[in-house]
Amino acid sequence: MFQVRIHGRGGQGVVSGAEMLSVAAFVEGRYAQAFPSFGSERMGAPVMAFCRIDAKEIRLREPVLEPDAVIIQDPTLLHQVDLFKGLQEQGYILINSTRSFGELGLRDFTRGFSEFRLCHVPATEIAMKHVGRAVPNVPLLGAFAAVSGQIRIESIVAAIHEKFAPALARANVAAAAEAYAIVKATRETANA
Amino acid sequence: MLKQIEGSRAVAEAIARCRPEVICAYPITPQTHIVEGLGEMVKSGELANCEFINVESEFAALSVAIGASAAGARAYTATASQGLLFMAEAVYNAAGLGLPIVMTIGNRAIGAPINIWNDHSDSMSMRDAGWIQLYAATNQEALDLHIQAFRLAEELSCPVMVCMDGFILTHAYERVDVPAQDDVDAFLPSFEPRQVLDPAEPVSMGAMVGPEAFTEVRYLAHHKQLRALELIPKLSAAFQARFGRSSGSLVKPYRTEDAETIVVALGSVNGTIQEVVDEMRDAGVKIGSLAICSFRPFPLEQVRDALRHAKRVVVIEKCLAVGLGGIVSDGVRNALSGIVLRGYTVIAGLGGRAITRAALRQLFRDAGNDVLEQLTFLDLDEGLIQYELEREAQARRSGPTAEAILRRVGTVASQVA
Repeated sequence: MFQVRIHGRGGQGVVSGAEMLSVAAFVEGRYAQAFPSFGSERMGAPVMAFCRIDAKEIRLREPVLEPDAVIIQDPTLLHQVDLFKGLQEQGYILINSTRSFGELGLRDFTRGFSEFRLCHVPATEIAMKHVGRAVPNVPLLGAFAAVSGQIRIESIVAAIHEKFAPALARANVAAAAEAYAIVKATRETANA
Repeated sequence: MLKQIEGSRAVAEAIARCRPEVICAYPITPQTHIVEGLGEMVKSGELANCEFINVESEFAALSVAIGASAAGARAYTATASQGLLFMAEAVYNAAGLGLPIVMTIGNRAIGAPINIWNDHSDSMSMRDAGWIQLYAATNQEALDLHIQAFRLAEELSCPVMVCMDGFILTHAYERVDVPAQDDVDAFLPSFEPRQVLDPAEPVSMGAMVGPEAFTEVRYLAHHKQLRALELIPKLSAAFQARFGRSSGSLVKPYRTEDAETIVVALGSVNGTIQEVVDEMRDAGVKIGSLAICSFRPFPLEQVRDALRHAKRVVVIEKCLAVGLGGIVSDGVRNALSGIVLRGYTVIAGLGGRAITRAALRQLFRDAGNDVLEQLTFLDLDEGLIQYELEREAQARRSGPTAEAILRRVGTVASQVA
């Protein structure tokens, strides 16, 4: 089972992000479960959502307490929420930021992590460019597909089409594709 | 057809395939998405021959459903929490009149203090109103139970509540198999009311009944529930024959053969319990679990059969009977009359507190060692209780409890669980 926890603020599409990830896994024929942190969500308030992916039916109903990946939609939460609680040692961290992990003050914390599992991507900027709104959820899913290999970008695209009306879907697909390409390019440079 | 959709959407699609003729809607979290989905389907014409009525309150929602059902229409509504309390008088009336309404409860706590999260306090408060109460363990089961519920309700002329955990199920995206319309049509015949308000053949409904016959009318309501005990497993079997999967029935034993410890629970927590049962079985512990799907009628015989050879039973309840302990435990004890085993009641998951594997592991270990109190509150913060009791002892005007507790706990937005 692969477990993802998404942190963000109300209005950033945190819950839809987890839902789309579950649809993408379903498209690949796997079992998936996505659910919100059940808060009384308000614009700007810290929000969490979870997604579990497995080859068999998922019976577990507890929140994701030991994530394999943490996706952070809003870096201002770094000083407010215990974002990395329970994160597995070889886990993935994705942050919506133009700044690197070092610039965000996370160098010491991430010392034990493989650099290939750490990823920062300017998801808000990408969303503004393609969607015209500060909704970093979809670009981060594109980045997640590139970093983790846990899900194919084509499946993310299929999930986007299921979630949005055609015009909005096209804009979001472009956002996901750009984030995917940016992250893939950095990986390939690092590998070269 | 397999779909990856929200639990509420799955229920809305199931209801639509049951061809309701009147849907009364008043929004309250966490059931709102169900009636919103149905409203869209009525508007788009996807759900035809159905009147969608926006009402002014939950009391009106069920009252309109009562009127519609009495006029011979297949009627549906949904609610939760304070909404169910606000319709309480009509809840009793629907059952007393024997009208086969189906209502979803998106289970949620009851205030004060205000709390929008999941537990079973709402439906438990109406357990003795005369409705059949079925509890879903998964979204697939929630979907399936609604289809069975209309047939059950209409065969008996008795209203049915399908209870599904608010948020945990209603807001969870997971894989569900949405049945084809033809299959649902074959399983669920059109509504033939036992009683109907028809100008061509006038009847009156809702007579006043005095002491000369009130007991007999109430007994007949009980008798109807006893018949439901026989009908529910039959419908579950018929459902399996047509749709190819097991859903519903009275109880679901899980690895109970030779189990010394059996955990009893209602609803979605059974999934997490089964995970822990599997882990402990792998470690050689003789443990199993029993999901109660039909809480009203309460399947005394099936619960007794499942538990009689165990050494102990742990009942996990998402509702506190204040001043007593557990409500489900009461029924379980009733079922075990004359059988000697240890019984533990565990109050868990109140107001949305997560029931974790870690907490259950420790709980079941303690139960196995028989070091549990008869009544346990899972993950109770005893330091916080002590603090508040001492604070209240210090001054007569100690002020409101909930606010003082919140000040002590501090901000919760920063906590993951």
